[in-house]
Amino acid sequence: MKKNILTIMKKEFARFFGDKRLVFTTILMPGLMIYVMYSFMGNGFASKFNTAEDYVYQVYTVNLPESFQDLKSDEAIHITEIETADEAGAVKTNLENQEADLLAVFPADFDEAVAAYDSMTAQGAAPNISLYYNSVSQTSSTIYRSFCEIFNQYESALANKFDINAAEGEQYDFATEKDTTAEIFSMMLPMLMMVFLFSGCIAIAPESIAGEKERGTIATLLVTPMKRSELALGKILSLSVIGLLSGISSFLGTFVSLPQMMGGMSDEVGMNVNVYSGADFIMLLLVILSTVLLIIGMISIISGLSKSVKEAGTAVTPLMIVVMVIAITSMMGGGAQEGFYWYLIPLYNSVQCMSGIFSFTMLPVNLIITVVINIIYTLLLVGGLTKIFDSEKIMYS
Amino acid sequence: MMQELLRADNLCKTFKISKKQQRIEKTSEKTKVAVDRLSFCAYEGEVFGLLGPNGAGKTTTLRMLATLIKPDSGDAVINGSSITSDPNGVRSKIGFLTSELKLEDFFTPNYLFDFFSELYGVAPEVRNERKKRLFEKFGIDTFAEVKVANLSTGMKQKVSLVISLVNDPQIIIFDEPTNGLDVITAKVVTDFLLELKAEKKTILVSTHIFSLIEKICDRVGIIIQGKMVVCDTLANITAEKSLEDKFFEIYEEVAGEQV
Repeated sequence: MKKNILTIMKKEFARFFGDKRLVFTTILMPGLMIYVMYSFMGNGFASKFNTAEDYVYQVYTVNLPESFQDLKSDEAIHITEIETADEAGAVKTNLENQEADLLAVFPADFDEAVAAYDSMTAQGAAPNISLYYNSVSQTSSTIYRSFCEIFNQYESALANKFDINAAEGEQYDFATEKDTTAEIFSMMLPMLMMVFLFSGCIAIAPESIAGEKERGTIATLLVTPMKRSELALGKILSLSVIGLLSGISSFLGTFVSLPQMMGGMSDEVGMNVNVYSGADFIMLLLVILSTVLLIIGMISIISGLSKSVKEAGTAVTPLMIVVMVIAITSMMGGGAQEGFYWYLIPLYNSVQCMSGIFSFTMLPVNLIITVVINIIYTLLLVGGLTKIFDSEKIMYS
Repeated sequence: MMQELLRADNLCKTFKISKKQQRIEKTSEKTKVAVDRLSFCAYEGEVFGLLGPNGAGKTTTLRMLATLIKPDSGDAVINGSSITSDPNGVRSKIGFLTSELKLEDFFTPNYLFDFFSELYGVAPEVRNERKKRLFEKFGIDTFAEVKVANLSTGMKQKVSLVISLVNDPQIIIFDEPTNGLDVITAKVVTDFLLELKAEKKTILVSTHIFSLIEKICDRVGIIIQGKMVVCDTLANITAEKSLEDKFFEIYEEVAGEQV
């Protein structure tokens, strides 16, 4: 019994690994592509939110008051003081053309007006600074935000009653790198992993089962004294190993490049993949392996019922949509479910497990339930595939 | 008395007809009887030929005997194993060759021979000796490491034939063995069938080629519309007139059509 399963597996591996192009496109490329893409996206985000270091902002001011004269000493800002309304009009045109970054218009006697103004008793409006900018221009928005910040600080400094988090060198935010990493990974990775695993499996299973049927090579196997169940099990096991390799490749690509991508999006996110231990990875591997077995089993059944690879590809689409929807549930956050019954639901249990592992909230019992239940489902699917191989109506119609 | 190695007993097989097929054949019947209570036997060391026009049920009969499909009723016993109750026993005892059994393009004849030998449980020493002998006989040895995809049609068929014999079966079932082969390859195959016969193998062939029957068969069964209409030795059938004339005479009688 075992020997025939091994013979079939060896043949499937010889078929797959003997074809260098297939190995490259199924195993090496996904991880590499994801790594390159995510790193590229990360760098793209980073450069979008950060301006070149030696950039000098072109700022024009009207009636620059005494209190802000020291802005002129900032090397990153070049301030041109203008006098007339005509000149201001020209600067606005330049703003439109993204040639100037900011035009700040102060009231003529800004400092005095501010000193005289009391928000409790004043009748008229407070003195107003007009900041003209162009939100499409990266540099213009940046300097606009800085100026808003400067003026707001100045305003609060004038009437300082209390401060928040003023002590220097004090740590106020207790989110550690581990927490940040856990939060982002447990949201993103389960979804991405399900998608990667599914696409890895879909690349190989229809070809191996519907393809063999289409080409008439499976009939040659069916006239040998090998049991149908041995063929079904041999196929599913070998395809799962290949699917697993493809999944691991995608996982590594994502795992290594995701911090880069998230880091690029925001300066505050500190992520570190080293927060996960060997035990986490072993748990993850178990979940992924049992998930791949299940997915390969499902796609194999669909492929076995299809007449051609093309038909199998079409028939798998509804299953793919279901997998996507289930995968997205991890994005809703909240960590893993605790009730064991959630882990009886195939595919959803995998998403929950991965979410739990990445957020360090996985209960071992739920992990065991997931792996065992997935293996049981897979065995049922092996039984189904055996029935399909045994059915002359399906195999030779 | 010669030993009976194959006995088919009242084999029946019906297929469902699609709506489209019903229109084409102008019939309202939903099923078509492909094989109708077919019985015959084959003895050790003889070549038994199934002769009949296209669609007579020859291939369906052979597919049932090779356990690719199951009979609706009836049974056949091949060297002690029943096709209905012990299909795996049958599979291990026969060699089956038909054009619908394809070999994977990606692999070489050498690899495939070893692969199928393993599935039949052939020991490596036996396998290597057998492979060498068969590959030499059919000139496959020089193409042993060429992928099936790159072989010529004739060479592919020879490889298929050799693969069907990896288990050195006592009973060999060949469906149209020389179809699509050029005259030289066809002769190699015909001569090989005679050699197998000399080795006391039982061979069952289906064909519509009279000359092939005349050349290799000991006994002939003529199938028309799923029924075995004549089953006798070649000598008895061709006692009065040539096989071809005799066949048309029988066909007219049974099918009621002027040929």
